[in-house]
Amino acid sequence: MPVKIDETLTVECETGNYHTFCPISCVSWLYQKIEDSFFLVVGTKTCGYFLQNALGVMIFAEPRYAMAELEEGDISAQLNDYEGLKRLCIRIRKDRDPSVIIWIGTCTTEIIKMDLEGMAPKLEWEIGIPILVARANGLDYAFTQGEDTVLAAMAHRCPEPEFPVRERKKILQKLFAFPSKKKEELDEYANHSSLVLFGSLPSNVASQLNLELRRQSIKVSGWLPAQRYTDLPSLGDGVYVCGVNPFLSRTATTLIRREKCELIGAPFPIGPDGTRAWIEKICSVFGVEAQGLEEREERVWESLKDYLDLVRGKSVFFMGDNLLEVSLARFLIRCGMIVHEIGIPYMDKRYQAAELALLRDTCINMCVPIPRIVEKPDNSNQIRRIRELQPDLAITGMAHANPLEARGISTKWSVEFTFAQIHGFANARDVLELVTRPLRRQKNLEDLGRTTLVRKNNKF
Amino acid sequence: MKLAYWMYAGPAHIGTLRVASSFKNVHAIMHAPLGDDYFNVMRSMLERERDFTAATASIVDRHVLARGSQERVVDNILRKDKEERPDLIILTPTCTSSILQEDLQNFVDRASIVSDSNVIFADVDHYQVNEIQAADRTLEQVVRYYLDRCHRQENLDQFVTYAPSVNIIGIFTLGFHNQHDCRELRRLLRDLDIQINKIIPEGGSVEDLKDLPKAWFNLIPYREVGLMTAIYLNKECGMPYISTAPMGAVDIAEWIRQIHKNVNTLAPSSSSKKVDYEPYIDGQTRFVSQAAWFSRSIDCQNLTGKETVVFGDATHAASITKILAREMGIRVSCAGTFCKHDAEWFKEQIQGFCDEILITDDHAEVGDMIARVEPSAIFGTQMERHIGKRLDIPCGVISAPVHIQNFPLGYRPFLGYEGTNQIADLVYNSFALGMEEHLLDIFGGHDTKEIMTKSLSTNIGLSWNPESQLELRKIPRFVREKVEKNTEKFARQKGIGTITVEVMYAAKEALSS
Repeated sequence: MPVKIDETLTVECETGNYHTFCPISCVSWLYQKIEDSFFLVVGTKTCGYFLQNALGVMIFAEPRYAMAELEEGDISAQLNDYEGLKRLCIRIRKDRDPSVIIWIGTCTTEIIKMDLEGMAPKLEWEIGIPILVARANGLDYAFTQGEDTVLAAMAHRCPEPEFPVRERKKILQKLFAFPSKKKEELDEYANHSSLVLFGSLPSNVASQLNLELRRQSIKVSGWLPAQRYTDLPSLGDGVYVCGVNPFLSRTATTLIRREKCELIGAPFPIGPDGTRAWIEKICSVFGVEAQGLEEREERVWESLKDYLDLVRGKSVFFMGDNLLEVSLARFLIRCGMIVHEIGIPYMDKRYQAAELALLRDTCINMCVPIPRIVEKPDNSNQIRRIRELQPDLAITGMAHANPLEARGISTKWSVEFTFAQIHGFANARDVLELVTRPLRRQKNLEDLGRTTLVRKNNKF
Repeated sequence: MKLAYWMYAGPAHIGTLRVASSFKNVHAIMHAPLGDDYFNVMRSMLERERDFTAATASIVDRHVLARGSQERVVDNILRKDKEERPDLIILTPTCTSSILQEDLQNFVDRASIVSDSNVIFADVDHYQVNEIQAADRTLEQVVRYYLDRCHRQENLDQFVTYAPSVNIIGIFTLGFHNQHDCRELRRLLRDLDIQINKIIPEGGSVEDLKDLPKAWFNLIPYREVGLMTAIYLNKECGMPYISTAPMGAVDIAEWIRQIHKNVNTLAPSSSSKKVDYEPYIDGQTRFVSQAAWFSRSIDCQNLTGKETVVFGDATHAASITKILAREMGIRVSCAGTFCKHDAEWFKEQIQGFCDEILITDDHAEVGDMIARVEPSAIFGTQMERHIGKRLDIPCGVISAPVHIQNFPLGYRPFLGYEGTNQIADLVYNSFALGMEEHLLDIFGGHDTKEIMTKSLSTNIGLSWNPESQLELRKIPRFVREKVEKNTEKFARQKGIGTITVEVMYAAKEALSS
């Protein structure tokens, strides 16, 4: 899939001194998504302190994750890693009885070269619980990429389909007189290869997307991850896969290379424009003609009118920390906003190709210049640029939000986009709800004045 | 390797960063992987800080792992030097750099040749010390650095101020109610007619550290952070220090008397007047602070003999234990701290004020202790608050680690005479809520909960048959847990597997006989 967007879209690269969450934060949403899992983060106090503070109250609700806190003896290899992990995993099995234990490797395990991948199969055999290893460390990855590493590890555990789906249907139909109800169900969907979607979404968002595809008579045979580890979808030769989030490039690569799946490269279903493009792309791959999508998208835009009036003509600056930036920027440009800069931790031009193409098209349609995309941004440079540009909204991490607000720049915490429901037609409103919140608050407080609340000599 | 969900004290670099970001115009550069700058989020969110936190990371990534940091750390230091022009840059190691064992001191030496700022390397080892100890060390290190420099340049002005004056050491960012405590201390000292020479580190400038020896003596309100600095100043400049926390009426009086002693010892040499603070202590204790009166009022009578558990950092846990036992007549069944390094001091302080002492940083141990003691109220950290929620026991938060609600906008000191009022409110409100619950219960309130074992560790082998469960539910909740536990204990002793109504009453008889 050669990409030739470079002519129009340029991706700059800065120093990489930016603020983001550590990728181990993915356990917070993944343990809730995968109900029978247990996440064991093998790291130091630093990792634990981050999780404890970043996840706030969740810590106290008996989470299904814990730290395997490494002590000095573990670092200097005076203690036996295997025995240590075995002891903890046996205790976890006793207390929680999970269907899978996922070891999250961290910077420390990386540096001391703890062979998690080597130990896992041995211990798995010994204690009888599947053990997955994901190296979600801050040396290599940023924030949401943590999910990517976990899903990539999980893809290896997906069962292989017994037969390619089409063949199986034929065989089954020949062998048994099919119960009429089952047959109807089969007829409801077009006769296509099996489709597996990947990316962790709240279950109601996942079923909304299932339903959207069902309207086009496309059947989703499974999700990676499923609600339970024991329900992982079948993957293999001839299975089509499609991503729902822009940060899943490793998972995509694994699915193509190791599992021999076909990847459908589509824009991501964020915003009505993205959702439509996503569905259309899937339909086109399966040779199904998309029905009524244009009207559906139109209706969604119609329902967003009050929010669109608020955002039109306003400018946005993405400082970049969660890889959703390109999709969000594309949606906001379509909403009539001006995007100054798209900061992003990592840009996989192959995996995001269709999204980048849609961004370019959207800019052309809306008659706005294509924003600069800055990979591995430098926060201090960005703050200088924000000071010059004075955007109406900066989408940024929590480290910079309050200081920017105090200087009269409205901000939206980027982390909220990862926890809010933003996928599909139905949730486009939620994205705008988030984006407009600072603008609406500003409007409410407009008459008070006092927008900058720092003294003159405090540096910007 | 140990299994952990929650920790009381953070990693070492957090302590260093807290000290660095408390000083004005000091920049911390962490040698850390992406995502370890979470401190900035905490400061920006919890303290609602308006300024950018002066802490950045010199990112450790794959390349650094393969080839070492090389020029990167030096470049980052010099860049910050140019951009922000700080007085001091502190290179902060993290757990990652502890293992990499790069020669960070060497980077600092190289950078300090070129940079206009002073550059130091925070001498803290991730695997040796925790957040609190690291903060204590870093503060001492910074003070030592600036005083040494003055010694070298021979411009250290050792003349003390004419009027009595003090330094307050250990007020800093993300500290539990530190800002309010600081204001209260200022007020107290103004009342006592004592000047404040310097407050460090919060809001202080490192260039002013050379003036520290001008004060007559040092005040260390929290022994966790500041004690090392005080001891250093004592050795180096012969400055006396007071490390009593002025928390609770008795200790405030003690604290003022120590000030009194120090002032009067030094007064003749600077020909200022001798002082007598006794009338002040008396007036404040009896009439300004409401706490002394409160503990004699009818309200507080109801609290007599109630059981409590106290857990927190050494300063707060010890002070609160003493306040509860000595000033309010409440029974402290167990007092504990997670400051293991200060266990001896803690034990000595609360000797005689509680039944049992627990020194641990394992929250499960604390949880099990609370489940076993079943106090009427807990005074602890956020973790104990959540344990309390699970066990249906009210909890007042008295110590870090804390959440955003422990950074109130309103004036909530723990120290000084206003602090005694705040603590009295906190204590009383915790119990009052518990009482309401019980009254509701006695009069058939909203209790629809299923009975379950309240112990945090898994209980095995005992079951209650339906009749006995029904019987148990008839017992008012505030004694129910006791009955439940005694019955189970009895059943276990007798080797009974299923608890019936008969067993319940047999247990009761066995207990009363």
